Amino acid sequence: MAAKKPADRPNVSKDELLKYYREMLLIRRFEEKAGQLYGMGLIGGFCHLYIGQEAVVVGLEAATKEGDKRITSYRDHGHMLACGMDAKGVMAELTGRIGGYSKGKGGSMHMFSKERHFYGGHGIVGAQVPLGAGLAFADKYLGNDNVTFAYFGDGAANQGQVYETYNMAELWSLPVIFVIENNQYAMGTSVKRSTKSTTLFGRGLAYGIPGEQVDGMDVLAVKAAGEKAVAHCRAGNGPYILEMMTYRYRGHSMSDPAKYRTREEVEKMRSEKDAIEHVRDLLLQGGLASDDDLKAIDKEIKALVNESAEFAKDSPEPPLEELWTDIYA
Amino acid sequence: MATQVLMPALSPTMEEGTLAKWLVKEGDKVKSGQIIAEIETDKATMEFEAVDEGIVGKLLVAEGTAAVKVNTPIAVLVEEGESADAAPAPVAAAAVPAAAIAPVAAQAAPAATPAPVAAQGWPHSDLPEGVPTKTMTVREALREAMAEEMRANPNVFLMGEEVGEYQGAYKISQGLLDEFGAKRVVDTPITEHGFAGIAVGASWGGLQPIVEFMTFNFAMQAIDHIINSAAKTLYMSGGQMGSPIVFRGPNGAAARVAAQHSQDYAAWYAAIPGIKVAMPYSAADAKGLLKSAIRDPNPVIFLENEILYGRSFEVPAEGDFTIPFGKASILRAGTDVTVVSFGIGLTYALQAAEELAKEGISAEVINLRTLRPIDYDTVLASVMKTNRCVTVEEGFPVGSIGNHIAATIMQKAFDHLDAPVVNCTGKDVPMPYAANLEKLALTTTAEVVAAVKSVCYR
Repeated sequence: MAAKKPADRPNVSKDELLKYYREMLLIRRFEEKAGQLYGMGLIGGFCHLYIGQEAVVVGLEAATKEGDKRITSYRDHGHMLACGMDAKGVMAELTGRIGGYSKGKGGSMHMFSKERHFYGGHGIVGAQVPLGAGLAFADKYLGNDNVTFAYFGDGAANQGQVYETYNMAELWSLPVIFVIENNQYAMGTSVKRSTKSTTLFGRGLAYGIPGEQVDGMDVLAVKAAGEKAVAHCRAGNGPYILEMMTYRYRGHSMSDPAKYRTREEVEKMRSEKDAIEHVRDLLLQGGLASDDDLKAIDKEIKALVNESAEFAKDSPEPPLEELWTDIYA
Repeated sequence: MATQVLMPALSPTMEEGTLAKWLVKEGDKVKSGQIIAEIETDKATMEFEAVDEGIVGKLLVAEGTAAVKVNTPIAVLVEEGESADAAPAPVAAAAVPAAAIAPVAAQAAPAATPAPVAAQGWPHSDLPEGVPTKTMTVREALREAMAEEMRANPNVFLMGEEVGEYQGAYKISQGLLDEFGAKRVVDTPITEHGFAGIAVGASWGGLQPIVEFMTFNFAMQAIDHIINSAAKTLYMSGGQMGSPIVFRGPNGAAARVAAQHSQDYAAWYAAIPGIKVAMPYSAADAKGLLKSAIRDPNPVIFLENEILYGRSFEVPAEGDFTIPFGKASILRAGTDVTVVSFGIGLTYALQAAEELAKEGISAEVINLRTLRPIDYDTVLASVMKTNRCVTVEEGFPVGSIGNHIAATIMQKAFDHLDAPVVNCTGKDVPMPYAANLEKLALTTTAEVVAAVKSVCYR
């Protein structure tokens, strides 16, 4: 899983790498800002940060086309930013304001965008898996060639409904890509402590679903695997499983005591495997961008994130009559 | 020694059936386990095996005979050399030992009264006046509602266990696979949690699924997706994304199927904002409400009842008949007491009203039809007129629909009440299997009569 030199990636253009750098950086800076606002009491309740896992969503989004759908768990900020949802709307939802994607009524775990084909934002571990297969069922029924990405964690991989869904998805050849974001900890329980057979994608083989393990810290490896999975699904071959080996730097949520892993373990991942540093190295060592170029991007992203935070602070709380709206269509 | 072959009960609620076909003729030798006849019930056509060995001495019921009661002798088996005439005459045989039929009669207790509404001339004030009607069972009405909506909208589809090739565990979807094909009549594995989630996802993806649960007891496996995924998403998305989906199937007690198959979930689902809940009583309710449910942009829980499936009612014969949600009907007008009920509870309510009329008590019987929304206006207007109210349902007593109606009346019409509101409900026990206990666990007509008398101080 060592960082690959550009020479190993002849097909990657400078623009592409810069795009990934920018998108991953946006997620990281956004999440850091969210953590800060949480500490200030501007964000309440549960808030699950995506820091460390950025390459997964950015790489997979690079393999999508317009009309493809995505659905995920409560650790959803990164997915929303990666699929093109507006940072201001996401941050304002975190602060519970009317300018948020759900008018402040969903919060960190529950945001949606029909326009960007993002279907949440789900707080019940594993629920998004059959829901995602259902989106794929609809696409197949309607006769288009869209695919759905159903993201879930190594923790959700032990929920029974995941396997109920595997069975039906393969039985009915649904165009769904099951993305296991294996960040190695289900809250505070490591995969080894919860799961006997630790190659999670392998469980799909029992249902006839092909899959593979991918270096989820390498955005280029993620994209390549994503393209393969998408091609499989779009061709009508049914579901595919991608197990993304990744790592979350922050706690499970904001109230994580971090007693279940060592500081050294986190530090090692950060210094040796960081997805953003990887692309940064590719750009600099390949002579595709200068330090100044990247600094300019850093500045631009910082401004964008600050702007979203300002919007999220300034946007008013939802008017009281919003309590009674959107219960029935 | 001649042996009688009796018409079998092939399901918990079967009272009679059609002897569709004999597969043996008089003089044939049969072995135990040999299929000797095909018997058609309102649910399915089933093969009937001989239990004893012998020679078919006489076929007592001709093939094609309909409405053959359970336990009626249908054939006589004789031993080699024995004459069929030695067997008891069919008439005598019909007097089957009481013990043999008792359980059947008891288990079908709630269904034992034949289709009461039409037969006893109760008014049909809930049907549009002057509209030509046809008689159909609740089962046929549900099927017709689904078929009409599936014809009208290509994005409506049915999924569930045994809805397709088996033709429906309760025959509700019979024929739909033939008409609409496997794409739109989807047989699922036995995996309620999973397929409920897939159906909700499909509703977000542009389809309008009808999910059939073989019974709502099994929907317990799927309740997370019903509540957390279907009911709450419109709100959680700030109005962006709703779930146009119908969850339907039999709910409540059937007959002799014990605690895990006999719960009425009306009050549970009616407690949840974001879903709508319908519970039809008649075939007209079933058809009109189900068509409305399928067209509704919200998730709808549609609670049917196995015992009502086979009952016949009048249904408008022509046109696009729908019944709006939140509109109760007055099934019987009265002046002395308001009896509020829904679903199979109305069987007891209407029987009680008939009995009470003989004693000079005039009961107004309200059919709520939907439990979310509830038509409070019709209930309150009636109570303001009669000043008394009894509610009737089969569900558990704690947190019942009746409790909620009583609380609402207390808050909104307290000064009009001449007596406390009384709730007739199922008993506060898991459903027992034993026939006598089961009968006791459900609410009864006698209890409704007694409740009405108590609020009338008679």
